[in-house]
Amino acid sequence: MRLLIKNASIIDARSKRDEKADILIVDGKISSIDSGIAAKDAEVYDAKGMLAVPGFIDMHTHLREPGFEYKETILSGTQAAARGGFTTICCMPNTNPVADNQGVIEFIISQNRKAGLISVLPIGAITKAQQGKELSEIGDLKSAGAVALSDDGKGVMNAEVMRRAMEYASMVDLLVISHCEDTNLAAGGVMHEGYVSTVLGLKGIPRIAEIAMAARDIEIARFTGTRLHIAHVSCKETVELVRRAKKEGVRVSCECCPHHFTLTDEAVKDYDTNTKVNPPLREPDDLRALKDGLKDGTIDCIATDHAPHAEAEKDVEFDNAPFGITGLETALGLVMNELVCKGELTLMEMVERMSFNPARILNLDKGYIAEGADADITIIDPNKKWVVEKEAFLSKSHNSPFIGMNLTGKVIATVAAGRIVYNAAG
Amino acid sequence: MALKVKSNLMDEQMIRRTLMRISHEILERNKGTQNMGIVGIRCRGAYLAKRVAQMIKEIDGGKKVPVGVLDITLYRDDLTMIAACPVVHSTKIDFDVNDKKLVLVDDVLFTGRTIRCALDELIDMGRPECIQLAVLVDRGHRELPIRADYVGKNVPTTRDESVEVRLTEVDGKDEVILLTQEDA
Amino acid sequence: MSEWTRKDLLGLEELSTEEIELILSTAASFKEISTRAVKKVPTLRGKTIVLFFFEPSTRTRSSFEIAAKRLSADTLNITTSSSAIQKGETLKDTFKNIEAMQVDCIILRHSSSGIGHTLSKCVTPSIINAGDGCHEHPTQGLLDMFTIKEKKGSLNNVKVSIIGDITHSRVARSNIWGLKKLGAQVTVCGPRTLLPRDIDKLGVKVTTSLPEALKSADVINVLRIQRERQEAGLFPSLREYAIRFGVTREKLERFARKDVLVMHPGPLNRGIEITPDVADGSYSLILDQVTNGIAVRMAVLYLTLQANADGEEE
Repeated sequence: MRLLIKNASIIDARSKRDEKADILIVDGKISSIDSGIAAKDAEVYDAKGMLAVPGFIDMHTHLREPGFEYKETILSGTQAAARGGFTTICCMPNTNPVADNQGVIEFIISQNRKAGLISVLPIGAITKAQQGKELSEIGDLKSAGAVALSDDGKGVMNAEVMRRAMEYASMVDLLVISHCEDTNLAAGGVMHEGYVSTVLGLKGIPRIAEIAMAARDIEIARFTGTRLHIAHVSCKETVELVRRAKKEGVRVSCECCPHHFTLTDEAVKDYDTNTKVNPPLREPDDLRALKDGLKDGTIDCIATDHAPHAEAEKDVEFDNAPFGITGLETALGLVMNELVCKGELTLMEMVERMSFNPARILNLDKGYIAEGADADITIIDPNKKWVVEKEAFLSKSHNSPFIGMNLTGKVIATVAAGRIVYNAAG
Repeated sequence: MALKVKSNLMDEQMIRRTLMRISHEILERNKGTQNMGIVGIRCRGAYLAKRVAQMIKEIDGGKKVPVGVLDITLYRDDLTMIAACPVVHSTKIDFDVNDKKLVLVDDVLFTGRTIRCALDELIDMGRPECIQLAVLVDRGHRELPIRADYVGKNVPTTRDESVEVRLTEVDGKDEVILLTQEDA
Repeated sequence: MSEWTRKDLLGLEELSTEEIELILSTAASFKEISTRAVKKVPTLRGKTIVLFFFEPSTRTRSSFEIAAKRLSADTLNITTSSSAIQKGETLKDTFKNIEAMQVDCIILRHSSSGIGHTLSKCVTPSIINAGDGCHEHPTQGLLDMFTIKEKKGSLNNVKVSIIGDITHSRVARSNIWGLKKLGAQVTVCGPRTLLPRDIDKLGVKVTTSLPEALKSADVINVLRIQRERQEAGLFPSLREYAIRFGVTREKLERFARKDVLVMHPGPLNRGIEITPDVADGSYSLILDQVTNGIAVRMAVLYLTLQANADGEEE
């Protein structure tokens, strides 16, 4: 199997390569990068005027299988990921049953083998059934193929449990990803607590619910000397906590999501349940801080927190709707539109935050374009203007507050392990 | 559909004389003001009712006749057909209508539908001994079996013409004019 | 005077000053009807109004029902226990079904904020919000304003203090929006734990001192305190609440103006947020509020149903 990508502008964060060249792929690996490569019997993809970047890696996806296949399956989720330019995604363990044991991890891996599009790397639960009480069989999870641990969806409320999880996980070199939310402070909340929640009469989730637990987990990481990754940072204070901790040598990394740097709580004003997400959409100052954090490297990477929900589930009272936004297919458009086009990030920085850094944090030999590397490549038209359309989603769900939004920058094709797994041209 | 003035039907003096005649007729027919109440239909009928009551008082040696105002908006049968929501004003009848001889006053009698509304509303308020109708102008084209007991002036009109009564209290001067369609 | 074009009444936030004034002046005209021997006009004859109450309510529901009946509309009451909601049907399905029965108006009370906004987008009957969660209770706000206006002549520069659980009060929110639009000065007062974040951004004065709130007020609006809030740990005890925030004759005599007027949306917790001598005393406008509620709701039904009918014609 040979694929030749011609005339692409390659942007690679590891080598800082930013030049026009052809890429020859043989048997799933990049075999050579050069100008004017001629290869007989290779399939040719002409990427003239396009960018070729290392395939995006999403550290934070909900694939819903097993248990909630009506929202998303591993097949539909990976199709959506491919459309969004992702060649590797990490799926969170809040399935049914919870991915707190070897069996579920192996099931996910085997389902993805059948789907056969991109890499799916499962994240195991920190605690059994994500109850925050007893540790999962962390060693077994690692052996089965889990790449990280998280109780995402809720915070680990017991600090002692979190401390032991981080210590134990470090022994098998698994990263702990913290969903920072104090459930007592956040209880019953459905949106950001502030002026808008006051006007709407909706119960707020106060920013301290995130800040307090982020501060706690950073201190646990400092105390235990272990690694910590903070999921979906949404508050300016959390960005500052991470910035200071990094300076002080704490081994902490973090991510933020496109919806958090694009929308404020004002978006909730029409009671659109597609704006109901946890952590909630915050205030303009927070958006500013997220962009600054992404720029200066405090925030290591952009993750989608892709959280598909069926239309009927979202089509209810705001209080009763589930939290979550479908994110894989709008991520690049939002990053280009909100960050690159507005001068917040360079293309090189974008590639680092979406491909190279996630790989680095997860210790994956991915996220770069070089001879000998995995042939995971995303082809982007940086100037393509498009409208987010409900009908176009490949995900089973389309719970997006961005439907109808005009975006600039679109994924044109996705190459995973040397195969074109998504091609906008059809 | 612009309208233009076709003719002036009544001027200030004529309106005064006509109302004076109607006042005399009311007194004559009812043999005085015993048990009488006068009710004007908003908006111009209300002012006419006040004027008639004042004239009756002058003619009949200072006897005061109670006057009320009726807003028929809530009784209209065409509420859903008119474009804008009509503004509701209050009905203000401070006397008991039971067993009264009521004289209902309006400016122009046309299809009779306004009078139908007024009759319904008055009857909902009680059981008057009788209701009589006084109008300044009767322009014909009735759609209901209603006729006036006291008519200021009968004016033959076509359906697309319009009769406008203007009163000092609302319009700054007294006059009645006939309007007709502007030629295309 | 401005025209009314809205088919729904969801809250006072979105209304203009002119629209609020139109409702209040229309209500003033309607007040007379309830004093007649035959308390009924044929205006909404043939219209069907559904009263859909997902939360218990006697006062608001009967006030709306009387208002509808005095306008000759037909009414149907649906309460949670008798509806299909408990059989797993979504609220939207239920509303679609009611719409298919060709009703003209749905008066809705529900514990979820914003539910009227969501449903008004998917069904054609007029939706009147009779209280949605902690969001708004527009007709209560309007009848409170009507009652103040009736006593004070105007709302401009009238000082109104709202006392109690502001966080969970839809009555407070509707009052604040409406009163501010008509030029009143509003103070909110309650325990710090029951004052919502950034409430000052609505242009109200905020205090946790009852004497402070009583001092300058022309009108005080005392809110009902819910026992559940104490159970949720938002204040220590009803006893302590009554001591610090209960409105008593002694406190009024000591801190308030002599001609202060007292309102309460009901139902009363006598002896907790308000003492009987205040509720039943000369200060009290509580029964005026109830009487005026009917006129205000008649005005709202008349205006919204008229606007919805106009829409259908086009």
